[in-house]
Amino acid sequence: MHTPIRRPRAAATGAALATALTLSACSGGEPGALGDLETPSEPVDLRMTVWTADESHLALFQEIGDAYAAENPDLVSGVTFETIPFADYTTTLTTQLAGGNPPDLAWVLESYAPEFVSSGALADVRPVLQDTDGYELDDLVPSTLELWQDEDGLYAYPFSNSPFGVFVNTDQIAAAGQENPADLVAAGEWTFDTARDIAAATAEDSGKQGLVVRDFDYQLWENLSTVWDGWGAAPWSEDGTRCTFTDPEMVDAMRWIHDAAFDDGAMPGPGTTADFFAGDAAMTITQISRASALDGSFDWDLLPLPAGPAGKQNVIGQAGIGVFAQGENPGVAADFLAYFTNPENAEKLATYFPPPRASLLDAATLSAANPLLSEEQLQTVVVDGIKGSVTKPVHQNFAKLSETVRAQLDAMWTPDADVAAVLDDTCAAVQPLLEE
Amino acid sequence: MAAASVRVVAPRPTGVRASKGVRRDWVVGYTMVAPVVLGALAFVVLPLGMVVWYSLHEWNVLAGTFTFAGAANYERLLADPGLVDSLLASLWFSIGLVVLNIALALLLAVLLDQKLPGTTTFRTFFFSPVVVSLVAWTIVWSFLLQADGGINGFLAMFGLEGPNWLRQGGTAMLSVIVVQVFKNVGLNMILFLAALQGVPEELQEAARLDGAGAWRRFRSITLPMISPTILLVSIITIVGSLEVFAQIDVLTGGGPGNSTTVLVYYLYQQAFRFNEFGYASAVAVLLFVIVLALTLLQWQSRKRWVFHEV
Repeated sequence: MHTPIRRPRAAATGAALATALTLSACSGGEPGALGDLETPSEPVDLRMTVWTADESHLALFQEIGDAYAAENPDLVSGVTFETIPFADYTTTLTTQLAGGNPPDLAWVLESYAPEFVSSGALADVRPVLQDTDGYELDDLVPSTLELWQDEDGLYAYPFSNSPFGVFVNTDQIAAAGQENPADLVAAGEWTFDTARDIAAATAEDSGKQGLVVRDFDYQLWENLSTVWDGWGAAPWSEDGTRCTFTDPEMVDAMRWIHDAAFDDGAMPGPGTTADFFAGDAAMTITQISRASALDGSFDWDLLPLPAGPAGKQNVIGQAGIGVFAQGENPGVAADFLAYFTNPENAEKLATYFPPPRASLLDAATLSAANPLLSEEQLQTVVVDGIKGSVTKPVHQNFAKLSETVRAQLDAMWTPDADVAAVLDDTCAAVQPLLEE
Repeated sequence: MAAASVRVVAPRPTGVRASKGVRRDWVVGYTMVAPVVLGALAFVVLPLGMVVWYSLHEWNVLAGTFTFAGAANYERLLADPGLVDSLLASLWFSIGLVVLNIALALLLAVLLDQKLPGTTTFRTFFFSPVVVSLVAWTIVWSFLLQADGGINGFLAMFGLEGPNWLRQGGTAMLSVIVVQVFKNVGLNMILFLAALQGVPEELQEAARLDGAGAWRRFRSITLPMISPTILLVSIITIVGSLEVFAQIDVLTGGGPGNSTTVLVYYLYQQAFRFNEFGYASAVAVLLFVIVLALTLLQWQSRKRWVFHEV
């Protein structure tokens, strides 16, 4: 007889017990603010959790971490970057928190930003960043900080602001006799409808797939926002209190997605896996940081997101770095964050992650770091994409919303589904969670 | 009778030497069992107690708060529609698994109990999935069960269009059950086979002489004789069915809808997705009580239907 929760946590039980008892005596719940940096009695070892396992990313982080340790031998003995697989990232992070073993710093996914920011898990790093010489906090583009602020506090640095764009396989599209999408962009005719027509025709010709919304897989529905933003649709109101899945814009957008998948085969159906970068599909909506997966086996182009009935929207995927208030050394960790993201290091990080600094957001700087992309592509997709952009859906109660919406939308992914009825049911299930 | 008057008297330990010996035995005995007892205390009893303790608290991991909530989590259990759905999903899964697994295991065992050439090969063949890694086994099946996967490809050879097994309400649960049956049927088959081979041949022979047919012999001799094994297998299978997790996580993620969100998966979602550790602990306690109750029920009912040779 086993209670399954017991097993994975068994090893950490002792620590969890101690933590639980300690926590029960703490007030908790209030966002932490960092005061003046106090030198610890002996140098500490900082730990930052990340979800990248890319060796070049980790080598760059380590280089910056080692330089900080060398400059501050009385503060830190070293900085460790711990990779947690993306699929289980937030789960593993919260389990570490539950076990009383929080990292000092962590990457935080945008979807969970409101939950992390409002819960008090993260420390307010604004005073430290503001007081660090040469940091130039004002250089950060205000729209990139919105998600990570609460009143006057800033709870994470948005180190990655990767716009969504459309990668197209121009070989497959040309072979199917379809118009080059770049020409449509130039002519101002790059819309979701034309993209869908090209995708369907190319898929029929190649026997492969048409348009793939990457990472959606009929599970991570929030990735569909890159499509429905073109209709001006959103899953809930801006203040997060009212479900808007039943609004006419969303019904139209969802019907478009449903029909693209089930009527004309422009999008792969449920359970069909297609990797654009392996040549399985004509086009894919994803972040530009995926360009590194292109190996030159086919000709491709990178274009902005198509326009929908409500015009064109710029969507970015963000990730922040926060300092855990429950960590052992939040003061030192915040000081390291200020170093890790200062103008010089932000420029190094820009090699892989589009930065939030206005001074670095120009096509010339970015093209030095992204040799695969032309200056024109970087200007239209990245520089223009970050300004005035929206993020994917976020909410303070996102974890439950994500699962509930997924379960409801499952009913839509059949050929004869009643889209409007499914969205009615979705709102009925979602509204109580928005009010929690 | 002379034998009745014989008393075997153990030599009584006397003096210092004897009591030292007893103490040494005591020390050796407890030293021998200490690793197991300490392990059980640390990894079974203590965590069990901790889960009960957690279930009485509101534990917000992100905020770092841990406050006593009394029976609030248990009251929430009673009013949670998601829990009802997951209990129903668990019920369907358990019924499907137990019926299919035991029936198939018994059938295979009876077939392999025949003295025919090649039975050893088949025995190995059916047992081999038991020793395969559960996750590896499930991932392979997840590819086979895709809309354009191996099973539908096979059906297409005969002009049949298979369903999207893991994405349709009716077939998703069936798929998970079948994957689990094939994974573990070999173990139950071996247990049944051992029991079948322990049925005395003379009973079969006597029944045959009395004119009993094959079905009659199976029903009136074989089944009662292997009933202790049927009890054991059914307890193992039912308890195992309530613990299913990896298969759900890999194959369906609890969907479509919530149709395959069984109790353990629901518990996992509450704890590790929604950070509701207090409430998830209450669900864990409920699971513990259900498993305990089912086992006790089966254990009690064994007197009615399990045949013990005296």
